[in-house]
Amino acid sequence: MKYLDEYRDQRVAQKIVDEIKRTITRPWVLMEVCGGQTHSIVKYGLDCLLPGQIELVHGPGCPVCVTSLELIDRAHAIARRPDVIFCSFGDMLRVPGSNGDLFKIKSEGGNVRVVYSPLDCLKIARANPQKQIVFFAIGFETTAPANAMSVWQAREQGIKNFSVLVSHVLVPPAMIGILDSPNNRVQAFLGPGHVCAISGWTQYEPIVERYKVPIVITGFEPIDILQGVLMCVRQLEQGRAELENGYARAVQREGNPSAQSMIERVFQVCDRAWRGLGVIPQSGFGLTEEFREYDAERIFDVGSIHALEPAVCMSGEILKGLKKPLDCPAFGKQCSPENPLGATMVSAEGACAAYYNYGRHLVSVEALAGKG
Amino acid sequence: MCLAIPGRISALHENLGVPMAKVDFGGTTREACLSYVPDARIGDYVLVHVGFAISKVDEEEAERTYRYLAEMDQLSELDDGEGEPGHEVP
Repeated sequence: MKYLDEYRDQRVAQKIVDEIKRTITRPWVLMEVCGGQTHSIVKYGLDCLLPGQIELVHGPGCPVCVTSLELIDRAHAIARRPDVIFCSFGDMLRVPGSNGDLFKIKSEGGNVRVVYSPLDCLKIARANPQKQIVFFAIGFETTAPANAMSVWQAREQGIKNFSVLVSHVLVPPAMIGILDSPNNRVQAFLGPGHVCAISGWTQYEPIVERYKVPIVITGFEPIDILQGVLMCVRQLEQGRAELENGYARAVQREGNPSAQSMIERVFQVCDRAWRGLGVIPQSGFGLTEEFREYDAERIFDVGSIHALEPAVCMSGEILKGLKKPLDCPAFGKQCSPENPLGATMVSAEGACAAYYNYGRHLVSVEALAGKG
Repeated sequence: MCLAIPGRISALHENLGVPMAKVDFGGTTREACLSYVPDARIGDYVLVHVGFAISKVDEEEAERTYRYLAEMDQLSELDDGEGEPGHEVP
């Protein structure tokens, strides 16, 4: 087993779809939390394989998408400084701020570098002692241990010319926000598999209990996702609301304790502004006081930055599962991956970008499903 | 962004005191930090995200789930149309 090809097996996928069809008796709305899952669903057309009673709505789990425009503007102001080498994951480079993106800053002479791992920033810092190395530390719980390790190792190695601009977000508060919304439509969640590989699922058990909503921890390959859908549908049809693990090869209830302990050493929970959703209390990580000397926002005074989002954009409603990308009048017209107006179009894992990139505005779901 | 890819550990080493591994992703080899899966050994499959192994792939669970799903149609026939399935997805 290579743990990849097997989970893309079309024959097995069809068996799961058949079982879902045997099980379902009425309409249900399911939300996949993670942007990676959204991308898989649209890429493989999984939503088109499912019976029409299942509506998949797309959740807020794309950290590039939900990084606030103000913080992006702040990042760009730091990246433009001649004394700075600005490091970022590749996904962030094309995300426009109020005045262009990191590619534009690079083309204008800014020193912007893409890193594969946050630890790469420390190599760059050692090789460039006369420069300040700033890393745009974004991500959900999955990425937090890696980003925390870069700060921890900077201190261990005595590296003084390294700092992080932190925009970490947490999944459970966003799910609670969705469930608390008066218009909420979500009846079950495909839980974020790789987030839970780190955090485990104990934080999700109170959500299941309080809102009586099934949560199935789900992986990212087509068969993982279809299995997650089947497990959700079984629960809903049987009137159960439980936490189930559909990604047992990678996730355990307690998560990854050594990763959690590194997060706790370096980060503390704080309020966080989400693009499209606004400020959600206790929904992010920031550096602890102990590591404040690595906080780029404290080191670089970029003044007061306020950014305005275009009024036409409905990404907030899409992130809450209230609307779908094709409901938006700007989709594919004023708004495209080349000229994104808001959160869900700025990254390939955003729901709008996935719909656009896989041509969902050009062909109907019925046609994709072979029904039209 | 939360993408994590399974790969097989082909070598172990240390870099400035940090445990690292060479991980083979179907022919492409990348380095990964092993700090968060300290018991991983050569030959193990790990899920790698932004240069960090975040979880060991549980090979038994992977086999079990796959086999269950691949044989689902036979199990369904055994259920003989009962509403309540006699088994749970692992």
